[in-house]
Amino acid sequence: MNVLIVDDYKTMLRIIRNLLKQLGFNNVDEATDGAMALQMLRVGTYGLVISDWNMEPMTGLQLLREVRADPKLKPVPFIMVTAESKSENVIAAKEAGVSNYIVKPFNAETLKNKMTSVLGDF
Amino acid sequence: MSGKGVDRDLELRLEVIRREHGDTVHVDQIGEVVRSLLDSIAGDISAGDLRLYREVESLAQYIHAAREEIAALRPGDIKHRFIASATDELDAIVGATEAATNEIMDAAESLESVTSSLESEAADKLAEITTRIYEACTFQDITGQRITKVVKALKDIEDRVEGLVKMFGAEYEKEGAAKDKPETPPSDQDLLNGPQLPAAAANQADIDALLASFD
Repeated sequence: MNVLIVDDYKTMLRIIRNLLKQLGFNNVDEATDGAMALQMLRVGTYGLVISDWNMEPMTGLQLLREVRADPKLKPVPFIMVTAESKSENVIAAKEAGVSNYIVKPFNAETLKNKMTSVLGDF
Repeated sequence: MSGKGVDRDLELRLEVIRREHGDTVHVDQIGEVVRSLLDSIAGDISAGDLRLYREVESLAQYIHAAREEIAALRPGDIKHRFIASATDELDAIVGATEAATNEIMDAAESLESVTSSLESEAADKLAEITTRIYEACTFQDITGQRITKVVKALKDIEDRVEGLVKMFGAEYEKEGAAKDKPETPPSDQDLLNGPQLPAAAANQADIDALLASFD
């Protein structure tokens, strides 16, 4: 399965890529903002999106809304990984159709649990 | 004197001031405008006018004192030296932590690459350790975002100070800038500058050269 990870911090992309590799996911692509991710999603085939929220020019929330508004992309599981931890953020993400929500800083166990709840056992 | 008569008289006086100063008056000129208004009513002062005079005079004094206090804050220094320096330092922190995190990640990835050549138990242990290192490295993202928020807050303060400087006149900015150069040799306290920013920092070779220049 191809996984798209989206974050404007290259170090965070590297960390998530390494954690995914340890979980057995080797087909991982990276995008550094929502607009770039949307473009990649429209031309590629992905089974999961793991995205940061706070990015420019397109935020993770805007990306999520675009994904859910696109009939082809709508079913793709979308996990938000962000430092935005206010309840209003979580509610907004849920209303936009997020599959799960991870608050930074996070550990490998949390990532694994959230992925399992979204994808089932892998 | 009827109310209408007073209004008309005042209107005439204001028209004279308007001709001299225009429709808008810089804060610096308020005192002068008030004085010229008061001069124009000299010899024609009632008890009510006198009260008004006192009120206006105290207002002018208040504005003058506020102006002096703002000048004492040296807004030019705040904008050009303190805030600029603080944002540079914060940018340096982000840069240094990012570089250090990447070094740590390089080392962790090298360690992880060894796992394939190890026995199962040792490989699992090593994988667990590298996972913990990766997890710990997420601090860089969080601190980076926090520092970005602080930089934005400083920028907001800078904009407000700039607005204050513009309102009270450009000379305040100059006053601040003129005091940038120390007039006396630095005190012991002045020498406590902390780490230098990378662009301005002297390396060991520079230090050695400087020391050698004393020989």
